[in-house]
Amino acid sequence: MPGKTLFDKIWDSHVVSSIENGPDVLYIDRHFIHEVTSPQAFNGLAQRGIGVARPKQTIATADHNVPTINQHLPIQEVLSRTQVNKLTENCEKFGVELYGLGHPFQGIVHVIGPELGITLPGMTIVCGDSHTSTHGAFGSVAFGIGTSEVEQVLATQCILQTKPKKMKIEVNGELAEGVSSKDIVLYIIAQITASGGTGCFVEFAGSAIRSLSMEARMTICNMSIEMGARGGMIAPDETTFEYIRGREFAPKGGEFDKLVDYWRTLPSDSDAEYDKISTFDAAEITPFITYGTNPGMGIKITDSVPTMEVVSKAEQNSFAKSLEYMGLEPGQSLLGKPVNYVFIGSCTNSRIEDLRKVADLVRGQQKAPHVNAMIIPGSKQVENQARKEGLDVIFQKAGFELRQPGCSACLGMNEDKVPKGEYCVSTSNRNFEGRQGPGARTFLASPLTAAATAINGYITDVREMLAEPELA
Amino acid sequence: MDKFQTLTSTIVPLPNQNVDTDQIIPARFLKATTREGFGDNLFRDWRYDEQNNPINSFILNDPDIKGEILVAGKNFGSGSSREHAAWALYDFGFKAVVSSFFADIFKNNALNNGLLPVQVSDNFLQKIFNQYEVEANTELRVDLANQSITLLTTGETESFDINPYKKYCLENGYDDIDYLLSQREAIENFEAQALYSV
Repeated sequence: MPGKTLFDKIWDSHVVSSIENGPDVLYIDRHFIHEVTSPQAFNGLAQRGIGVARPKQTIATADHNVPTINQHLPIQEVLSRTQVNKLTENCEKFGVELYGLGHPFQGIVHVIGPELGITLPGMTIVCGDSHTSTHGAFGSVAFGIGTSEVEQVLATQCILQTKPKKMKIEVNGELAEGVSSKDIVLYIIAQITASGGTGCFVEFAGSAIRSLSMEARMTICNMSIEMGARGGMIAPDETTFEYIRGREFAPKGGEFDKLVDYWRTLPSDSDAEYDKISTFDAAEITPFITYGTNPGMGIKITDSVPTMEVVSKAEQNSFAKSLEYMGLEPGQSLLGKPVNYVFIGSCTNSRIEDLRKVADLVRGQQKAPHVNAMIIPGSKQVENQARKEGLDVIFQKAGFELRQPGCSACLGMNEDKVPKGEYCVSTSNRNFEGRQGPGARTFLASPLTAAATAINGYITDVREMLAEPELA
Repeated sequence: MDKFQTLTSTIVPLPNQNVDTDQIIPARFLKATTREGFGDNLFRDWRYDEQNNPINSFILNDPDIKGEILVAGKNFGSGSSREHAAWALYDFGFKAVVSSFFADIFKNNALNNGLLPVQVSDNFLQKIFNQYEVEANTELRVDLANQSITLLTTGETESFDINPYKKYCLENGYDDIDYLLSQREAIENFEAQALYSV
């Protein structure tokens, strides 16, 4: 019998029972909830007259529709306020811990789990949000679920789920300067397409992945869903253990050491088998940017939008429709294209390392006057850390606005929207039509590319800026 | 959940590929705290302009096109996990969605709400679209027991896959929570040795 993958080891050890020719009853270690996808699940419990089975294993926060200014005031927008209040009511009624607005641990659900040491290797983690895959960076099986499934987990701490197939994506070699993990994942999605991982759980491996920090790994796993995959994961190693050590809710002392011994057994066996394997060379990866309306429509920032001839016949209509929405021509270069909006934030790229990189680049510079440059920290802790390090002052001097935590313009549920027809270089994860606001046109890119674009006022290859000698 | 057995209906064609859940229901319409009423905002930004006037060229605004089966291009339901997408389709009146490829989470969400995702070959999907061009009131018959889908006017048929457990649930209108609640003892036994349970 072949060895087991990282994914097999965790999944198999969480199967309570299996339905013949059907799904597994999978035990869930940690469940994150937020205001948008939980109210109907709580309603369901109330209708059945049951409670939350294991309230201590569910953690709540308010992130999707919260404003990113004046968070100390009541939310102005009525529907958002009602939904956030409903979450508070439900958490009180069902005994679930809530890190709501004003709480020092509040933030985007996929930012706070890891930073609080709640997310650990070997866990099964779910949330009514497709970017739950982020937590897979710790070597956990983490995936997004629908609200009926949220109700299953609240009611029983289990979920009915068919075991996905296994895919390995290896990236080997060294990354060049100015290239970040966001570029890696945009590159991968462009190669395998936005549905290339459907039906699979992806394990990211290879020397380029191993060399990444935890925050950079989270960016990659975060966007697994953008290749259609059920989730993504990376084997835990010393980088993982060091990141977790000492965090708020992480196990401490002897308990931590014992867990590390267990975590060391999790990486895939050398003879483990996968259903699909793709291998990429890090040297091929440059700063990347999307031009279309799904995350698979990406190019090297120095390349041109594809011409119609290279698009398969079946996809030509969708391709043309996408370019029409984006106001772009086939064969056009994106470099130098004027942009009025830059959004740095979202569960993909709003962590302290992202903010530090942006600060390093924009220190002593000024954004172009016509650009609206918004930085939304992933959590209250990230915001406080940024202020402690003086990043807020650097941003302010450069004309970037550091606001308060939330999902913000990634999906435009709150007031932070990109106006119709406007271009936005965004560090978020989706360039779908209308995602950042009705008619908004999104270019997905790394925080460095976004920051460089804000400075110049047009789409910029950040490597040119890095190469410039420092001004005296 | 309502039972699903067989369905014969005219179709609503939506040949676009990669229809993501942000198109099915944009995020700004996810603020309700109940499951009802999402159909009003199904495909909102394709269906209405900024002044909330219907966009006549969009298929759902064509008064002559009615049906309980949506036939969509490849990779339907990608992106966000929002179950509101399945609720909106069902609330609008769709009972089945036919495509040559579905995103995983959407497929689960649909099955959990009595909305049947029918995955057909690219070839069969094209045949449906072609037949619609010839005859806009063409009908499809979806037979869950036999796992078959038939273009009634031409008689062409294809079988489709569905997990046997999910099929059983749909045929009987059972949901997963009923099953999971019946497993309480097994779950508690499992928990007794689970590493991360508290």
